Amino acid sequence: MSFELRASLRARNFDVSLSLADGETVAILGPNGAGKSTLLGVIAGLLRPDSGTAKIGGRPLFNLDGGTRLWSAPHLRGTALLAQEALLFPHLNALDNVAFGPRSAGVSKAAARESAGHWLAEVDALPLAHRKPAQLSGGQAQRVAVARALAAQPELLLLDEPMAALDIHAAPLLRRVLKRVLKDRKAIIVTHDVLDAYMLADRVIVVEQGRIAEAGPTRQVLERPRSQFAAGLAGLNLVTGVISGEGITTPDGRVFAGQHDPEWSPVSGQAGVAAFPPSAVSVFLGDVHGSPRNSFAATVTDLEPHGDQIRVRASTGSSAPALSADITPAASADLGLVPGMDVRFVVKAALVSVYPA
Amino acid sequence: MNRQSTSGYHGIPRWVYAVAAVGGLLVVLPLVAMVAKVNWPQFIPLITSESSVAALGLSLRTSAASTILCIVLGVPLALVLARGEFPGQRLLRSFVLLPLVLPPVVGGIALLYTFGRQGLLGKSLELAGIQIAFSTTAVILAQTFVALPFLVVSLEGALRSAGNRYEAVAATLGARPTTVLRRVTLPLVLPGLASGAVLSFARSLGEFGATLTFAGSLEGVTRTLPLEIYLQRESDADAAVALSLVLVAVAVAVVGLSYGRRRNSAEVQA
Repeated sequence: MSFELRASLRARNFDVSLSLADGETVAILGPNGAGKSTLLGVIAGLLRPDSGTAKIGGRPLFNLDGGTRLWSAPHLRGTALLAQEALLFPHLNALDNVAFGPRSAGVSKAAARESAGHWLAEVDALPLAHRKPAQLSGGQAQRVAVARALAAQPELLLLDEPMAALDIHAAPLLRRVLKRVLKDRKAIIVTHDVLDAYMLADRVIVVEQGRIAEAGPTRQVLERPRSQFAAGLAGLNLVTGVISGEGITTPDGRVFAGQHDPEWSPVSGQAGVAAFPPSAVSVFLGDVHGSPRNSFAATVTDLEPHGDQIRVRASTGSSAPALSADITPAASADLGLVPGMDVRFVVKAALVSVYPA
Repeated sequence: MNRQSTSGYHGIPRWVYAVAAVGGLLVVLPLVAMVAKVNWPQFIPLITSESSVAALGLSLRTSAASTILCIVLGVPLALVLARGEFPGQRLLRSFVLLPLVLPPVVGGIALLYTFGRQGLLGKSLELAGIQIAFSTTAVILAQTFVALPFLVVSLEGALRSAGNRYEAVAATLGARPTTVLRRVTLPLVLPGLASGAVLSFARSLGEFGATLTFAGSLEGVTRTLPLEIYLQRESDADAAVALSLVLVAVAVAVVGLSYGRRRNSAEVQA
């Protein structure tokens, strides 16, 4: 019972295709406005794309290709949606909220409540069964909402940043609950939290500007990012360009020398990326003596605390991506760094990973 | 000006209070004047005379019926106006709201040319043996005509401010549109529906012009309380004043009920 989707929606500059194997959980990552919620809306049947098809197993959700106009209503799709806010029906108590799905499927009141009790227990919320939503905290309400979505027995569960509206104390408990209930369940979770991707998803898809920027197993994408967004999540600097003898040559002619996997033999002229942590970057004033390799003029744009280090963000040219360096507060004070200052970034070639884009 | 207030700044110039007081008096003073004119020793006999009781009973029955009709027709109207997408939606809204600004007597004439013996539908109805004009049905229709916008406006506002996010969630949980309407939408906008119904009832109760034009003034059949008051004013001013006071009392009760509900629902949502 796999899930397949291909959809494009011109008004939102959205064009995505993806598929899910049975029991697979996929995390959708991407900046705000990239089209993540559009994707869930299209799958749930709340947004109609211009063209595309989707099916779960053999059952079509929609088919808007080549003159066919097949569009099944949201309630027939079996794709329960869990949003940022719990959106529990305020006039029903927690138990009846969870029983809503089974009741809508025609199950008797008693049986629906029994099933609701089971799902409430599954999310550790059984003691809350008789509370009204107004009497629940944000985290409690969201757990009840998870139970409500699961009680509808969806074939595909859609989660739209379920942790985003919760405070930092409530999120870990919900994340544990989700880890348990998403196991072996087909689900798509939109998130901007790298921890969610690691803990909950088998695979991540990075969406940027309505397109899939990259996709792959969670670990691989976060360790070897190919998109600026994934690199940002993983806390890495990312430079794109073409493979050259020593490493990567950027479009404006800079060379980032680095290391590559021994089993990969780079081909010159192939598109590639160089990734390196901010801790691999040193900051100097004026010209650097000695090895000029991986040394670039940069203009400091921002300074901010990052753990016990200072993160220096700098622009290396109008078309080049911004780079970050982590230095100690003492070093920052010695250098007298302020935004707008011209400095040199030197990147340790031994810490630069080069791989194909 | 020794009243304790917790907020230090209201942003209301003093002269606004003065003008507001004049506005308040314009409403309250005539009511006071009327109450002062009531013949109290004769009050009970006046309002329990046969014609008075008949008029009051008719008013309450027809207003209840037109309120039900307003709910039956107004809920779907408010739903399609607030949530639907179809050509001519704005035009439909303008027309539904028209009775709010139309003189009721014009409404009565329009109804007469629709349901009267020579009217648009009246001719066919006449052939089918149904006569509407100058019957109690006509009273109910006239009241519904003028009261419907109150329910639609009130409910449409409630539907809009509620948004449709709960409905979207309910649909993805597998609920058919009718189930969503019954179990999610209507419970969510119940306060708005209730206050709309109360306002419709009040408007129906006070309806005069359209009723007189379209239904006439037959005792026990179409002579509602406002018509009875108007008629009594000529012959027995004391009776007119006493009945007016009854109508004021009912109106105050209705407004109080509606306002109280609104406050309660606001507290529940807070």
